[in-house]
Amino acid sequence: MKICFSLLIVFFTLQVDAQKIIDFDQFIERTHQQNDTLYVVNFWATWCKPCIAEIPAFEKLNSELKSSPVKIILLSLDFKSQSSNVEAFINKNGIQSETALLSAGNPNSWIDKIDESWSGAIPATVYYRNSEKLEFHEGDYSEETLKNSINKLTQ
Amino acid sequence: MKNIAIAIFSLILLSSFVNHQGYHIGDTATDFNLKNIDGKMVSLSSMKAEGYVVVFTCNHCPFAKKYEDRLVKLNKITSAKGYPVVAINSNDAEQYPEDSFENMKVRAEEKKFNFPYLHDESQAIARTYGATKTPHVFVLNKEGDDLKVRYIGAIDDNTEDAAAVKIKYVENAIDALKSKKPIEIQETKAIGCSIKWKK
Repeated sequence: MKICFSLLIVFFTLQVDAQKIIDFDQFIERTHQQNDTLYVVNFWATWCKPCIAEIPAFEKLNSELKSSPVKIILLSLDFKSQSSNVEAFINKNGIQSETALLSAGNPNSWIDKIDESWSGAIPATVYYRNSEKLEFHEGDYSEETLKNSINKLTQ
Repeated sequence: MKNIAIAIFSLILLSSFVNHQGYHIGDTATDFNLKNIDGKMVSLSSMKAEGYVVVFTCNHCPFAKKYEDRLVKLNKITSAKGYPVVAINSNDAEQYPEDSFENMKVRAEEKKFNFPYLHDESQAIARTYGATKTPHVFVLNKEGDDLKVRYIGAIDDNTEDAAAVKIKYVENAIDALKSKKPIEIQETKAIGCSIKWKK
């Protein structure tokens, strides 16, 4: 009974995480930390085909790098009013990486804060460690190029 | 000799950089001749206007879809001021069949587009302009014989909710051009679907 209850709690916690909606300050707070963890933040959306195509690569590395100081965060840019699409996608595909939906208002006010070279097209991926941006990439990854890019920053 | 080599190298580097980046504010834009949904070829010069609102868009992208009705309204407003909307789809229809020329006709009919919807099949115009996503706007102003790029970016400040728009970037830019005042916001960024380049 107790185990059942704990499982239920874990289940609900995961559910809540899956559809978490964050603003820009919360995004900065989550990814800018004074530790040696590499935060790999991938901007995606459920309707974005090239984004969906590269998610398995992020998922694979997320499980391979579990014991490493690497944190993969899949940050959805779906419309806030369609957050249920994100939740459905996460549940259907059994996504294990940390996820959240970024609802940060006018993108013109925050895209440059991620990276000035970013046009706003997705997918895009940004890397932080110790509150510092290490790299930004606009466009998709293959499993190999993603792995190389993470390896380069963790060596 | 070494200096010349460095100069040449820098020039090559610079030109590749410029090519990659596309147009910036103040650049002279090239005209084009692209096939419209009615089968006729359309160039900017054939439209004879004070300037143009060139919008790279497509059928499949949810961000582009959010702006279909708004583009129809925008064209009514800006055409009356001498700046008609010209929409261009540059996506690779092989990867995205929804963005084929046939489907452009269907969408334009459904949404009652009141502006040309052109097919940039070779993707050369998107590359030249430096369009990276949909929708991506370039406001061009006729100055002498040239078409100058005067605004680049989003249509307004709220993709998700047209009713909640506070700043109409494109309309503001055209109003400024009409009244010969500096454009307050010349460049903006928005989230969009990447242009689907041919592989």
